[in-house]
Amino acid sequence: MAKYILKRIGYMLITLFIIATFSFILMKMLPGSPLTAEEKVTEAQREIILEKYGLNDPIPVQYVRYLGNLAQGDLGVSFQMKNQSVTDILMSRAPVSAELGFWALIVGTSLGMLLGLIAAIRQNSWMDYGSNIISVIGISIPSFIFAGLMQFYIGVELELLPIAFWGTPQQAIMPVIALAIFPMAISARFLRTEMIEVLGSDYIVTAKAKGVSKFAIIFKHGLRNALIPLITVMGPMAVSLMTGTLVIEKIFSIPGIGEQFVNSVTTNDFSIIMGTTLFFAFLFIVIILIIDILYGIIDPRIRLAGGKD
Amino acid sequence: MDKENVKKDLFVPAQKDEEKSEQINRPSLSFWQDAWIRLRKNGGAIFGMVTLVLLTLLAIFAPMLTSHGLDDQDLGLSRMPPKVQGLENFQWLGLDGKKSETFEADSVEEAKDLALARFSQDDFSYIEFDVKAEGDGSEDSAEVKAYYDPYADKQVEEYFWFGTDTLGRDLFTRVWIGTRISLMIALIAALIDMLVGVAYGGISGYFGGRVDNIMQRIIEVLVGIPNLVVVILMIMILDPGITAIIIALTITGWTGMARIVRGQVLKLKNQEFVLASQTLGSSNTRILTKHLIPNTVGMIIINTMFTIPNAIFFEAFLSFIGLGLQAPDASLGTLINDGFKALQINPHIMIFPAIVMSLIMIGFNILADGLRDALDPKMRE
Repeated sequence: MAKYILKRIGYMLITLFIIATFSFILMKMLPGSPLTAEEKVTEAQREIILEKYGLNDPIPVQYVRYLGNLAQGDLGVSFQMKNQSVTDILMSRAPVSAELGFWALIVGTSLGMLLGLIAAIRQNSWMDYGSNIISVIGISIPSFIFAGLMQFYIGVELELLPIAFWGTPQQAIMPVIALAIFPMAISARFLRTEMIEVLGSDYIVTAKAKGVSKFAIIFKHGLRNALIPLITVMGPMAVSLMTGTLVIEKIFSIPGIGEQFVNSVTTNDFSIIMGTTLFFAFLFIVIILIIDILYGIIDPRIRLAGGKD
Repeated sequence: MDKENVKKDLFVPAQKDEEKSEQINRPSLSFWQDAWIRLRKNGGAIFGMVTLVLLTLLAIFAPMLTSHGLDDQDLGLSRMPPKVQGLENFQWLGLDGKKSETFEADSVEEAKDLALARFSQDDFSYIEFDVKAEGDGSEDSAEVKAYYDPYADKQVEEYFWFGTDTLGRDLFTRVWIGTRISLMIALIAALIDMLVGVAYGGISGYFGGRVDNIMQRIIEVLVGIPNLVVVILMIMILDPGITAIIIALTITGWTGMARIVRGQVLKLKNQEFVLASQTLGSSNTRILTKHLIPNTVGMIIINTMFTIPNAIFFEAFLSFIGLGLQAPDASLGTLINDGFKALQINPHIMIFPAIVMSLIMIGFNILADGLRDALDPKMRE
């Protein structure tokens, strides 16, 4: 197990190193410099500024310093917002995004599990078909379309809920639902498949034969075993939540990382774009690592199969 | 017929016929015929297939039906609501060429005045009212729904089926050209993923050993890099446009296909027909391209079918956050994004591209599910 975890961490570091190097090269390749717009800057002033930010050093020196800064969590300074470090901006906005993502995950997976469970127990009934249709729609239609439609019909036409901003529980309802739809759909579908397989297995037959109640069979014997593989869909869920926050926060004007990112794209604030991208990459890789390790602990067969490759 | 009537001579003993016992009664079916029979039974998959064929045909031919171009602007005709011949009398469909909005004020008259100001009208000749609440003089107690007919007001004879956008461009044309571009990007991206993935996975699996080891380590690192991150980074250095999006989508997109093909090739390469071919002196290239790859076609198709909607989604997503196609080019993503800016008052600008996009995504997903069940019975739930 220790060997497996070490191997995975090794890969994680290589991946992070490649992403960091790649983004450094990109930063150097981008047209213009942070000073391009400042036409009034004299040659001497320019020299001073370049010296201050170490932009006069040879590229390898800059590269090593960049990696050193990254290792300490320093993502540089925003081009557009005065005297704000990218790390500070991200950290001040991260809690909002985390809150949004957390609730979407909770709402999505619990509703999804409910749907999947009902579909599995009442296989081939109208409830099963209904649940299948909901999950196909949820997987297919992008969250921003849901968000837009909800904003228009529920927010503007019916005036039931506030259409933007963050803070009150009412304001959270629509963005959380929009973001929760994909996790809901994917966990419903996955749980249904797993549950049907588990309910058909021998130990369930044994449990039935010795007279265990239907409730206990479904929840104690069935659901508990069907839930384990659900960890595998956590990866796609994490990705969907990250891409989701970018657009959902923009649509509902929620002051999180995603909204900052989209605004930075419009203002060409490359340091924030890069910083956010690296932050997302880091987060994503760590989440996948945790999922894989968890899965390796819960189901040792996965680890062995992975080792043989 | 009762018991007594059944006579022995009604029965003739069956002849034992050596030839007939070996006879095959049903026509032999190829893998594809068999898969087609299974797919045909799947209502959802057929629905998806028909939807996709219709949408593709519309994307190809619909822009030819109108006299408008992608970027023909007419500011005088901006934000026209959708109007379709024959559907004008079905108000609830919203295709009657009228804009409707509800106004609240202290009295009915004041509410009507609000409507005049809202639609920039001097008199009531082009506005019809539907009084919902008469009101008693207290604040916002009166409620009227106003229907404004810009087609009559601006004396437009033409029917804009999907309406026009904020610059007066015909949305029908733009939606179908946008669909065409979105589909094209997705198909090209999926095709490149397929070619690279099949070649990489095939070589890695077939040659095995050190080659496989090195190739798999490379993939493991690439898979670790989130797609979202790669796409955003690539888009930033490349000039925005179709090519940039395709490159961004394919740069790590092929890894999934490579892994699947490698797995299949590993499974197949020790089977007897490969050994036979090797014994007969076939070259490695021939074994790979004529024996191994054709046997994995089912998996390749399934995987490609899931790649396409993913690519469509990413393209729309990029356009939505401002990294996608640039004006005046249109894709479903940019159209939806444009629609958002006018959503509150002119929902039709967003709703039509959103519907088309949703139909495409649902179509591909259920068709892919159906194909998976049809082509790979072992994987069936």
